[in-house]
Amino acid sequence: MIVLPLVAAPLCVVLGGRQLTYIIALIVTWCTFAISLACLIQVTQSGPIHYEIGNWKPPYGIEYVVDYLSGFVLTFVSFLGAIVLTYGKASIDKEIPHSKHYLFYATYLLCMTGLMGMCITGDLFNVFVFLEISSLSSYALISLGKTRRAPLAALQYLILGTIGATFLLIGIGLLYQMTGTLNMADIAGRLDVENGGRTLLVAFAFMTIGLFIKMAVFPLHTWLPNAYTYAPSVVTAFIAATSTKISVYAFIRLIYGIFTPDFAFNTHPLGIALLAMSLIGIFVASAAAIYQNNVKRLLAYSSIGQIGYMLLGIGLVSVGGLAGGIVHMFNHALIKGGLFMAMGCFSLHIGSVKLDDLRGAAKTMPWTSLAFAIGGLGLIGVPLTAGFISKWMLLTSSFEAGHPLVAALMLVSSLLAVVYVWKVVETLYFSEPSDVAAKAKEAPMSMLVPLYVVIAATVVFGVWTDWSAGLAQQAAEFLMGASEGGVKS
Amino acid sequence: MIAQLNWEYSLGHYNYWIVILLMMTGFYLVIARGNLIKTIIGLNIFQTSVVLLYVTMGKVKGGTAPIMPLDAGHGHDDHGHEDAPSHAAEHGHAFIDHPPTGSSTSSTATVGEGEVPSIVDASGQSALSGPESPTLPEGEYSTASNGEYSTALTGEYSTAIDSSVQLAGFEDAAHGHAETASHAAEAIIYSNPLPSVLMLTAIVVGVATTALALALTVRIREDYGTIEEDEILELDRAA
Repeated sequence: MIVLPLVAAPLCVVLGGRQLTYIIALIVTWCTFAISLACLIQVTQSGPIHYEIGNWKPPYGIEYVVDYLSGFVLTFVSFLGAIVLTYGKASIDKEIPHSKHYLFYATYLLCMTGLMGMCITGDLFNVFVFLEISSLSSYALISLGKTRRAPLAALQYLILGTIGATFLLIGIGLLYQMTGTLNMADIAGRLDVENGGRTLLVAFAFMTIGLFIKMAVFPLHTWLPNAYTYAPSVVTAFIAATSTKISVYAFIRLIYGIFTPDFAFNTHPLGIALLAMSLIGIFVASAAAIYQNNVKRLLAYSSIGQIGYMLLGIGLVSVGGLAGGIVHMFNHALIKGGLFMAMGCFSLHIGSVKLDDLRGAAKTMPWTSLAFAIGGLGLIGVPLTAGFISKWMLLTSSFEAGHPLVAALMLVSSLLAVVYVWKVVETLYFSEPSDVAAKAKEAPMSMLVPLYVVIAATVVFGVWTDWSAGLAQQAAEFLMGASEGGVKS
Repeated sequence: MIAQLNWEYSLGHYNYWIVILLMMTGFYLVIARGNLIKTIIGLNIFQTSVVLLYVTMGKVKGGTAPIMPLDAGHGHDDHGHEDAPSHAAEHGHAFIDHPPTGSSTSSTATVGEGEVPSIVDASGQSALSGPESPTLPEGEYSTASNGEYSTALTGEYSTAIDSSVQLAGFEDAAHGHAETASHAAEAIIYSNPLPSVLMLTAIVVGVATTALALALTVRIREDYGTIEEDEILELDRAA
């Protein structure tokens, strides 16, 4: 699963043909998706899978672990990777110089390798390595944007991202110094959480901050709007849907897999800090989103806000909250992926994603606009869309956890989402067409079909919740149970 | 902890001070400099400090690089891990009379000259598996052992320095450690190779990051004609 895209990436560079590399990349991503789905099914049937690389027994060798959570995350990441690539052909043709296509596909595959690797590995240093693989390739992908601001945005992301990764590395180093092992399960077993003292706290702080930078949690989000805005549409759709989610996943792993929730939430007031930070983040980012003229930037700010919801779920420290956070991770990946894909369709024919240029685009591009509208509803959390389910889970669990204020604030913040989504929808449907929008024609089928697959998925998972919510529930119970077991023993 | 913050403790941890100094220098450069190249340099310094941090924890006092020396006479593979402690018990007393000779590197030297060293395990888990080894008299460890010492197999070397240094009397502890080492077995002391290996990976990552950052800077310079962040932002605002 990891090996496949990793091997295919240099293959793309060597072969170099435009069409050929596209086909290879496409096949590889879909295969990866199929394998992760198979893994997930196997996990749900027979429990976590462990794979020891080179038959070195953990904790000496590097171990890959697929359990409920990572199987779930793997599946949707690979799904989005595959579907975005399927969708992206026309958009890539337009936005990226032809001579660089094979390199684009190679980096795309590498990025996917990194994300999947972070998800599946059971070795802490491996997390860092895969994090860097995915980050480095995403810097490169972002810099492929058309405008001259793209490299600058990529460089800003690179500097902050590298600081984040280095922070993570320091944390890993301190943990290694304390426990002498890099295997996550082994560390969890050896770590004396109660008497860890200052080194443990420092390690935890470093790793948390490092991941927060990668996640673009509110005060550390400055790299994200520029990066999302100036990257090519396909890249934005892929990175927005996956990369921040993987960091959230790594954070969940960090808290529940290595440090225990007991340490994170009881010994230190991380829970309250998370709640406060995520709420401030949701409000500030949503408010900022309302004032954006560039729709991609608007969506980027909304992403920062949505990350807040996921952290909120983690900060609630309950099975329901954690499950809500995980489901929101999944739903938001679908919704944001879909919305950015719709933006890709607009930018293909209108050549811009500024609100002024998008005026009245619904008349010439009805299907894309409809997709955007449905996705927007999902973002707000209207019933029957996926966004509703996760927000509902978060709401109920925040009541259960005794934070009615948090629940109220969440509702208010959803209203902010209504404002910014409505602003775009109104421009699309109820304004006189701008010059460019009047001349535009509907996006090609090759883009519309994958777009609608994703959008349909948001509706399907809004109505039929057994699979996503049930799985997330299982994952959350598994994590909670595992860490509680760890505390007892 | 505070009580230990005396002069010797501080000096004994000089490598950590260097790490912190480098880290802060790099971090300051990244934050404060508008010039993109300088920012990248700052980033590099920052990464280097982390490399140093890792290497520090992997280094064992008096340890050599974990390579099997050619003159390592009698068999390495047949000397199993379990063998070593008993070996130590047999030969241990011969070493007690050895006066601790200044720096701890001498322990390696002593071992090297005195007896044919036996390599116990190439992967860094030598017979010095710490106080865990049951056959060793406990008293010998009193100088250098504390709780941290025995935490892990692969990590013991890193913590060993740490603990030995942390104990008041940096010199004494070093002697103790050296002695312990020579008592434990006639094994060569190896530095823990794992952090170094990890850092090789991290250095590669760092080189890749730098290369990418420089490439991006080149493109920015082509597009904007400057690499000063202020001027770039100015140009963007004007555009």
